[in-house]
Amino acid sequence: MSTMNTVGRPTTPNAGSEKPATLTGGRGLLQNEALIFEGDGWGKTGVDLPKPKTDGADLGDLVRKDPIGLPGLSEPEAMRHYVRLSQKNHAIDLAIYPLGSCTMKHNPRLNEKMARLPGFSDIHPLQPQSTVQGALELMDTLSHWLTTLTGMPAVALSPKAGAHGELCGLMAIRAAHEASGQHEKRRKVLVPTSAHGTNPATAAFVGYSVVEVAQTDDGRVDVADLASKLGDDVAAIMVTNPNTCGLFERDILEISRLTHEAGAYFYCDGANFNAIVGRVRPGDLGVDAMHINLHKTFSTPHGGGGPGAGPVVLSEALAPFAPAPWVVNDGDGFKLLERAEEDAAQAFGRLCAFQGQMGMYVRALSYMMSHGSDGLRQVAEDAVLNANYIKARLSDLMSAAFPNGPCMHEALFDDEWLKGTDITTLDFAKAMIDEGFHPMTMYFPLVVHGAMLIEPTETESKAELDRFIEAMRALAGAAKAGDVDRFKGAPFHAPLRRLDETRAARSPVLRWTAPQGSNQAA
Amino acid sequence: MRYLPLTPDDRTEMLAAIGAKSIDDLFVDVPQSARLDGPVDLPRVAGELEVERALSAMAGKNATAGTTPFFCGAGAYKHHVPATVDHVIQRSEFLTSYTPYQPEIAQGTLQYLYEFQTQVANLTGMPVANASLYDGSTAMAEGVLMATRVTRRNKAVISGGVHPHYVQATETVVHAVGVETQVLPAAVDAEADVIAQIGADTACVVVQTPNVFGTATDVTKIAEAAHAAGALLIVVVTEAVSMGLLKSPGEMGADIVAAEGQSIGNALNFGGPYVGLFATREKLIRQMPGRLCGETVDAEGERGFVLTLSTREQHIRRDKATSNICTNSGLCTLAFTIHMSLLGETGLRNLALLNHEKAVATRDALAAIPGVEVLTPRFFNEFAVKLPKPAAEVVERLAEHRILAGVPYSRLAPDAGMDDLLLVAATETTLDADIKILAGALAKVLAA
Repeated sequence: MSTMNTVGRPTTPNAGSEKPATLTGGRGLLQNEALIFEGDGWGKTGVDLPKPKTDGADLGDLVRKDPIGLPGLSEPEAMRHYVRLSQKNHAIDLAIYPLGSCTMKHNPRLNEKMARLPGFSDIHPLQPQSTVQGALELMDTLSHWLTTLTGMPAVALSPKAGAHGELCGLMAIRAAHEASGQHEKRRKVLVPTSAHGTNPATAAFVGYSVVEVAQTDDGRVDVADLASKLGDDVAAIMVTNPNTCGLFERDILEISRLTHEAGAYFYCDGANFNAIVGRVRPGDLGVDAMHINLHKTFSTPHGGGGPGAGPVVLSEALAPFAPAPWVVNDGDGFKLLERAEEDAAQAFGRLCAFQGQMGMYVRALSYMMSHGSDGLRQVAEDAVLNANYIKARLSDLMSAAFPNGPCMHEALFDDEWLKGTDITTLDFAKAMIDEGFHPMTMYFPLVVHGAMLIEPTETESKAELDRFIEAMRALAGAAKAGDVDRFKGAPFHAPLRRLDETRAARSPVLRWTAPQGSNQAA
Repeated sequence: MRYLPLTPDDRTEMLAAIGAKSIDDLFVDVPQSARLDGPVDLPRVAGELEVERALSAMAGKNATAGTTPFFCGAGAYKHHVPATVDHVIQRSEFLTSYTPYQPEIAQGTLQYLYEFQTQVANLTGMPVANASLYDGSTAMAEGVLMATRVTRRNKAVISGGVHPHYVQATETVVHAVGVETQVLPAAVDAEADVIAQIGADTACVVVQTPNVFGTATDVTKIAEAAHAAGALLIVVVTEAVSMGLLKSPGEMGADIVAAEGQSIGNALNFGGPYVGLFATREKLIRQMPGRLCGETVDAEGERGFVLTLSTREQHIRRDKATSNICTNSGLCTLAFTIHMSLLGETGLRNLALLNHEKAVATRDALAAIPGVEVLTPRFFNEFAVKLPKPAAEVVERLAEHRILAGVPYSRLAPDAGMDDLLLVAATETTLDADIKILAGALAKVLAA
């Protein structure tokens, strides 16, 4: 029996009949798209360039002789190839992207337009500073917004992603301990079990040994456990606040007090700053260093994986150790200080070749200015309101991991409610795809069994949330009713069925190679 | 607040559904003393027009590469990007998608990453490449760390021809874990000097070609020497277009290639975002940092792509991970792969030859100026000249006439004692008229 829509037509066109396989592998308007290497592009090009007058003979033996193995596409072929590929992607512009702790929100096109102004996009990182005063002014303005919003006195802009920002913060902490002669004995970093994997990885990367801190039953850092592990051998603690369970660390002031008393620094993972921006300043919580993922809080597009940007705000104590370069305004215009020796000799070094992700700075500032201080406060309120609304409307069917009290920007469920159904979190997620939704974050945080982490963000309307909630409720109902087949084989309606990830890892194929016997290049 | 869809009525209704009296009830876990009463001291909400005017005013103060005679390089290059590239990367389904954690609905991203990995592998002459790192300089740092993991040795020997900012970025990171670096003195054409420094404790030798002075070098002999001592050779490339004409790092024996991909498909952007290319040998892939896309099949046997080998990564191995990286330069890889697909082998080779041709023409014009000495013996699209005056001053003087003449080496390495050295780059975007203007103005400034 197929469902009817409001005008009485079945909602599945082929309801009641077997779906015949297509002859070409295409599905409706969705074409199968071969790899560029599998076409007839060998020797083809899609750009018109003048004919070079040289053949590079002056370079002698240095010239490449063998074919490289790069097929070319004419412009129409290239358009079709990439547009067809794009049709196989989910995106925030298509529907809600409820990935908890990943914060997928609307990406305003004004930001894109601003980042593409030639005055920002077509300038070289090493042109004379007198010719890039506007760019330096932008960096200075962005710094002002970030320090004001966080209540922290200084910011290092150059880290190229959140994890790079963590590296920056921990290196500043390390440099501070070196300066005070304490580095040799302070070799531990305390990290709660609920932390992002980047936190322990970063601490290890900077040469520290990682000590885990337990979590309480209500999803927060166990302060007693933290206190017992703090001592003069601890360099820093790393706490995410709001944390990855979507909860505000209620004892945050106590945590920072104990940390400082022990002579350690308080690193805050600012991945979830969007939940508190404009309502709480991390500086007021005693934070010494915090990275801000510009794409999360300030909407720079994620582009399928990056690029990101991870500026780090720093306390008075850590500011002198910030890496080069940084911008100063000496009254005589803006100046980019590119070497540690020029100003603060204590800078721990340099994190990347140039001054960081300028393109992302422009987008983030454009977003901040569009909201203003009042709008950014509203951002946090709406993000938190939306998450709590989802939690409230799903808690009767699904099991909230921390049912008591409000959550912040994301709602966390576990798989307790799926017990006895033979359906896993993964199965449930794949069935969401069939209903037209991107699954939530699965199996994270690790401290919750079968975790399902849902983050709506502030740019979802109530109507979209209601649509999502209704779909989730329908699926939850089906799961409880024992409709196992709907879940086990899902997704049925995506461009591909469930992919074999084990096979990919066991015998990795990471590139195309010409079939044996073919005379294609490479 | 045009980006926020909730109406006051929505908020009231939603609070009621939650069972909260006011929004403050939802912030109840925040200590009272840490709550802000009202907005911080920053400008209030601004309309689209207002933001556009404010940012355009800042942009307007900068001299852009496309509107000036422009010869800056040193790790970032002005190239023409076909309109198709920017159009496609702005498609919603690419621009606004996330890391492809759900491969069934992310095949668009995954397939282009697979194509990108193949292009980069072929371009660098290496068996495998990853799905990109932040940029060339951080890729070099990751390369050194990877070499220490592979060889279980602790020292990197770095040629004096490597970009000084790359060296600094690398030293900053690797010194933190106790890896030693030995950096040779800067010299325009002395890559082979590293051979004498290779010892039993050497994890890797790092060379750049073309190097920061533009010198292109066949590093085959360095590779042989490194391998004979059980060390790896890391080849750094800051101008990806050069690999369209010059012998590939793989062909010369590289074990790891760390390159900057900005030149293909990506704008100058004042230094970022860029795209780090990272390629290596097949047997080292499990030690490779960063994200990887691999081929597999779905439940019906159809070919598909997934992120793979995640057991190297931070979200599984945590403090034992090969690196702390949890992202790549997704959109920049897309720009790279589209531009490369449009170029194809023929286009890339032509592009590379045009770059070389323009640089040779620029070299010839500058060499004819009294007092100017060209130092770089063999170059691709960039070379070093010695000036009779401090290069930084000369560059400033020329900038007053809106000529961006190049990068003074002293800007990269103030203590190297090479204040009279100017790095000059030309590309396919360099006009003959630009070369004439530069040569004329430089002659005047030097004569003054």
